[in-house]
Amino acid sequence: MSSRVSTGARPGARFAQFKLVLLGESAVGKSSLVLRFVKDQFDDYRESTIGAAFLTQTISLDDATTVKFEIWDTAGQERYKSLAPMYYRNANCAVVVYDITQASSLDKAKSWVKELQRQANENIIIALAGNKSDLVAEHPDKRAITTADAEAYAREAGLLFFETSAKTAENVRELFTAIARKLPLEQAGNRGMRANPRQGVDLRPEAPGTQGGGACNC
Amino acid sequence: MEELAPEYDVVLLGTGLTECILSGIMSVEEKKVLHIDRNDHYGGESASLNIEALFKKYPDSYSKGEEPWMKYGRGNDWNVDLVPKLLMANGDLTKTLIKTKVTDYVEFEPIAGSYVQKGSGATATVAKVPSKPTEALLSPLMGLFEKRRAKRFFEWVRDFKDEDPSTYGGLDLNQCTMKEVYDKFGLEATTRDFIGHAMALYQTDAYINQKGAAKETVDRIQLYGNSVNQYPGKSPYIYPLYGLGELPQSFARLSAVRGGTYMLNTNIDEIEYEGGKVSGIKATMRVRSEDSEGTMFSTKTKKIIADPTYFNDANKGNVKVKQVAKLLKAICILTHPVANTNNSDSAQIIIPQSQVGRKNDIYIAIVSSVHHVCPQGYYIAIVSTIAEGKDNWHLELQPGFDRLGKIEEKFMKEPIPLYEPLEDGRNDNIFISKSYDATSHFETTTEDVRDIYRRAEGKEMVVPDLRLDANLVGQE
Repeated sequence: MSSRVSTGARPGARFAQFKLVLLGESAVGKSSLVLRFVKDQFDDYRESTIGAAFLTQTISLDDATTVKFEIWDTAGQERYKSLAPMYYRNANCAVVVYDITQASSLDKAKSWVKELQRQANENIIIALAGNKSDLVAEHPDKRAITTADAEAYAREAGLLFFETSAKTAENVRELFTAIARKLPLEQAGNRGMRANPRQGVDLRPEAPGTQGGGACNC
Repeated sequence: MEELAPEYDVVLLGTGLTECILSGIMSVEEKKVLHIDRNDHYGGESASLNIEALFKKYPDSYSKGEEPWMKYGRGNDWNVDLVPKLLMANGDLTKTLIKTKVTDYVEFEPIAGSYVQKGSGATATVAKVPSKPTEALLSPLMGLFEKRRAKRFFEWVRDFKDEDPSTYGGLDLNQCTMKEVYDKFGLEATTRDFIGHAMALYQTDAYINQKGAAKETVDRIQLYGNSVNQYPGKSPYIYPLYGLGELPQSFARLSAVRGGTYMLNTNIDEIEYEGGKVSGIKATMRVRSEDSEGTMFSTKTKKIIADPTYFNDANKGNVKVKQVAKLLKAICILTHPVANTNNSDSAQIIIPQSQVGRKNDIYIAIVSSVHHVCPQGYYIAIVSTIAEGKDNWHLELQPGFDRLGKIEEKFMKEPIPLYEPLEDGRNDNIFISKSYDATSHFETTTEDVRDIYRRAEGKEMVVPDLRLDANLVGQE
């Protein structure tokens, strides 16, 4: 679970794990983006929580480099401004999502970026995702936020930027790949990561020595 | 209000650990849960504070206009507990964390040492609590012959099995007192002290002459020993990275992931009743850092579970709790490890009451930067006990301060009242938890969780085992 870089079976191969948090107003499609990325699924009528502690997905950047994301959903705790500091704790990267058909959702996204800069690691990599591009492809008049406006803000704030569609999968993989490329692979496991340099106590079910002997994590 | 339901199965008030465990478990049981806190942060009395918030919680600790926290580095590198407690490695809370997979959200470090004081003042001995027969033989706490007697006692405890009377050693464990057990092994008073107070973790000597309490005492000593053996530490305790405040947050996330709704910064304006039983709440969610009046809302609920601070307002006529004791506590910042702890990064030191002429034990819990609760080079030591006098509280804690050496910063106030509910809640369906007591661990907290569940649901709580739940784990 903790971020780490380890050498793989082949010489020179690298494997790094990072915590990614999702932020954004309710109903902008945060969970849908993750579901598309992790399971390549989309559901028009999804319930607002995904019911998982976190999801994981790996990306191969090249023959020798694999990045694994541990993706945390807000579980609805953003709805009444009740996200806990634990949520941001040791996040290496964040995807802040807005809905390109809802003007107010970009303002909310901007305040989440500020919140991240206040609460999270200094070196956190933030990507801004303007979701629901499929709606605009069908009905251009539905667009409420121009690409240029959002892009200008992202550049100014130092964020990666993509317009995405969880429904059609447009730019979803590109978004996560761009984040993976920007992550400090050579530093993972050292600074600001979840890795614990000491021989700590591992209570997770898969850990040897705990009561989780029969537990399966697959 | 967006997406708020017209009715909930349970509304919880206060996001302390007790309420958050119940919220998590009830959400997993698919109950409709609304969880409210008047504060803008999780944890209530079981929160951990950054250094600035800590100074501000103790306004007498600095002069107006000063910013003493500035010299302590990045404020967010500090996570100082308000409750001086540790987790028993083999205790009920640890088992609950593992079973519910809340361990996905929080990591732990061992507490390096567990110590007990013999004697008082300059001649006091501080030594590791022996937990095995072999350790008893090496302990400076006992003389040569006493060591052998203690070894025999520990062997007996180790082999004791509740279901096998042949291991009772000829004693009627269901009836006898712990005094009879100690007498049988011929243990001296100071040995009884460290066994009863530093291993069985009783805070007073009331257990010694209580009929039938011997078995519970043996259970407690076994829990201590099993906990020492559980993880690669030399104490029975473990501690969450970033402080105890991570625990309520983690159970709150479990609840939210399973559909529970969270609202911080929300005041309860009115509790509504129908036929003497609670029927709903009226509340106001404030908007942080804005002067607006907030959003008022109401919803129905079948039950309320609350921490005692939500039912203790005489002005509103809603007092449903009574004060049972007062906890005296001082949070101390040090820049050195504590003497006689083998330079440990963390420790618990217990000063049994009889050693310093008190009725209640003094506890010292020490954590440091390896637990990510302060920057490197600092140590946080919390000295606590049950207040016995009406004033001069500083003197009551003095035997603890004597152990700490130079103290950079000391945060202390008048004693904190500890509350218990007046009624069990079955009459009005309002179930109130107890304040976090003076014990050094969370075993009484999970006992309270189980008791509240029993009162509210009319059956025993079964901690759900989510380790085998395929829906909960990510794709590998």
